[in-house]
Amino acid sequence: MDHGPAVEYQEETALSDYKTKIGLRFFAIYGIAFTGFVLINTFFPQLMKVKVLLGLNLAVSYGFGLIILAIIMGLAYNAVCTKKEQEYEALAKQVDAHGGKGAGK
Amino acid sequence: MTYDPSILATLLFSIIVIIVLAISIYFSRQSSSSKGYFAAGGTIPWTINGVAFAGDYLSAASFLGICGMIALSGYDGFLYSIGYLAGWIVALFVIAEPLKRLGKFTFADALDSHFNYPGIRLAAGISTLVVSVFYLIPQMVGAGALVTPLLGFPHWVGVVFVGSLVIFIVATAGMKATTYVQFIKGTLLIVFSLVLVIAILGKGLATSPSEGYHEFMTLTGSVKDGKVVGIDDPGYRLTGETTAKGHVFVRLERDGVHRWYLSDATLDKTILTETLTVETAPGTVTLYNGLPKEAEAFFQVGHVDTLMVNGEKVEATGPIGPFKFIETIEDSTVIRFIGLTFSFEGKSVALWYQEPTAGTELMRPGLEFKVDKGSTPLSKLNFVSLMVALFFGTSALPHVLIRYYTVPSPKDARKSTILAIAAIGFFYVLTLYIGFGAMVNGVIDVQNSNMSAPLLAKSFGILLFAVISAIAFATVLGTVSGLIVAASGAVAHDMMKSLFRKRDISDEQRVVIGKIAAIVVGGIAIVLGILFEGMNVSFLVGLAFSIAASANFPAIIMMLFWKKTTAKGIVASVLVGMIASVAIILVSPSMFVRYGMDPANSPLGLDNPAIISIPLSFIALVVVSLITRKKEA
Repeated sequence: MDHGPAVEYQEETALSDYKTKIGLRFFAIYGIAFTGFVLINTFFPQLMKVKVLLGLNLAVSYGFGLIILAIIMGLAYNAVCTKKEQEYEALAKQVDAHGGKGAGK
Repeated sequence: MTYDPSILATLLFSIIVIIVLAISIYFSRQSSSSKGYFAAGGTIPWTINGVAFAGDYLSAASFLGICGMIALSGYDGFLYSIGYLAGWIVALFVIAEPLKRLGKFTFADALDSHFNYPGIRLAAGISTLVVSVFYLIPQMVGAGALVTPLLGFPHWVGVVFVGSLVIFIVATAGMKATTYVQFIKGTLLIVFSLVLVIAILGKGLATSPSEGYHEFMTLTGSVKDGKVVGIDDPGYRLTGETTAKGHVFVRLERDGVHRWYLSDATLDKTILTETLTVETAPGTVTLYNGLPKEAEAFFQVGHVDTLMVNGEKVEATGPIGPFKFIETIEDSTVIRFIGLTFSFEGKSVALWYQEPTAGTELMRPGLEFKVDKGSTPLSKLNFVSLMVALFFGTSALPHVLIRYYTVPSPKDARKSTILAIAAIGFFYVLTLYIGFGAMVNGVIDVQNSNMSAPLLAKSFGILLFAVISAIAFATVLGTVSGLIVAASGAVAHDMMKSLFRKRDISDEQRVVIGKIAAIVVGGIAIVLGILFEGMNVSFLVGLAFSIAASANFPAIIMMLFWKKTTAKGIVASVLVGMIASVAIILVSPSMFVRYGMDPANSPLGLDNPAIISIPLSFIALVVVSLITRKKEA
């Protein structure tokens, strides 16, 4: 009986589901930070002139912060996804080594 | 504004154009198939694709529009930068990999992957066309704005020139050439923007930005019964007075030249400050500050009025650090020029008066977007609507979506997106410095804010101006090429597949149809680019984001994450989002100004439709999906 393609499909789906779940969590974190930024700009614009960091006010600090946060979260997301992909690749190699036809391509 | 063409700028500009054409011709041999033409054969390495993403995205809107808006209105322009970048988070965490897994050439492939329903391809194809055209308008406007000072041609010549060049590139080479053009351009843009910022910080801040900077006159006069009745300097003669938008302006004559001054009156005295004006009337010569254009009396402007460093008033700072630069502007007062128009003695007068603005106001929101002084619930809603459009629009833009199909795997799609975020994020930090640099260095052309960044470069020497302008021109070329490939792909791949289901269209025929579509879309873009001359390109791009976020985003997100989504639900979502957003834009206050009508009569009063059209698109999808679910099952 050839279970190869089924194994490949399940692994791919499980990996995709994992990455999607992580992606949505990261998105939620950034979404909250961005929503906070928009809300302060819209409803409390005076708050934005308060100096908070290195002589910069909240408006500039928060703006720079969102840009830096996007880069850091992107790198973190890639690290998490790459680690999981490598785990799956290692697993696929193991299945191949044990004669699993078509698995883990 | 009068511009003298520069030989060096023209030379560098020509070299850039020749390089772009050479790349196009070189890659044209590799794009005879559909996959080669529309998706570069899916063979682009993620590093190249990531920088090309940045090249695509850092369009005329980013470089010319954002810097111009910051130069005129301060921090509010930077809000575009933040919104544009934040949109990539949606693309990376939610869209990139799933879409790559589902599609082949276009996002319609992905939308249709579960259903095989021709209506989806047709709706997605139309939406791609509409968004592409709206995105093309600002690129063309930017092209016209650039060519004027670079080569001395009028705006329309610039638009026609860029349009023709891009049509040639796209019609010959397709996505691979576009990708490599974007890669080179993206790299150059970021590197030379950094050079410009280093030059700004090296020069520092000063109350007199340059030796040739125009010294604006301030006069005094007497007032009786609220009217200006005399000028203390006998060399001036009072020849007129008018009120516009709550300000009093008087016209004074000296040596036969009439100029307008802003009157700031107390009970019996007034202080008069010089303004900039352009006076037009049918059948007469247009006057710039009371003189014909050739007299070159219409100046570039923008300077620090009171420069404060560590609580002390100074004339100049000398070289300054990046954080200190921002802090110093915040502690100082800057002269901005505020525009308005009125009619006087049969002439239409466009006038810009000096407005001393505290740095604390410049470095926070409120000067462009009415969220603070003079705000209304509607103006706040308009701002939120724009930010929503920028956040959700990026991942739904056709020329961004198409780039996910040029790399070999979902993993590469993810990595190229992260590289794009880093490159774009870094560039957007630079826009804050370029914009404020333009604001205080006496380089703003009040008639055309889009030229602030290139003119700032010009203040540091013709070489930097030539390089920056040539790169900006390549920016327009690259982005327009990407958009036209996306639009032609929508026609050749999606719409044709939907309309001629039973007829076999060969791969070669598809490419030919795509190239014809490229020529037609390019032609439309040329006409619209001429019609929209003078509008801020970042504002125009914001509209394209709104349409993309409304028409495409709900369909993509629901197809990926809501199992009850049906084919008809997707079609309804795309059409409702697209029609609602375009309709709201067409009756918006900004468009009313374009039609020559009173913006106050705009029925909704919203410039940015996303806050209404995105929910409508979601509602349409949910309702139609629930109604049609059993039938399709």
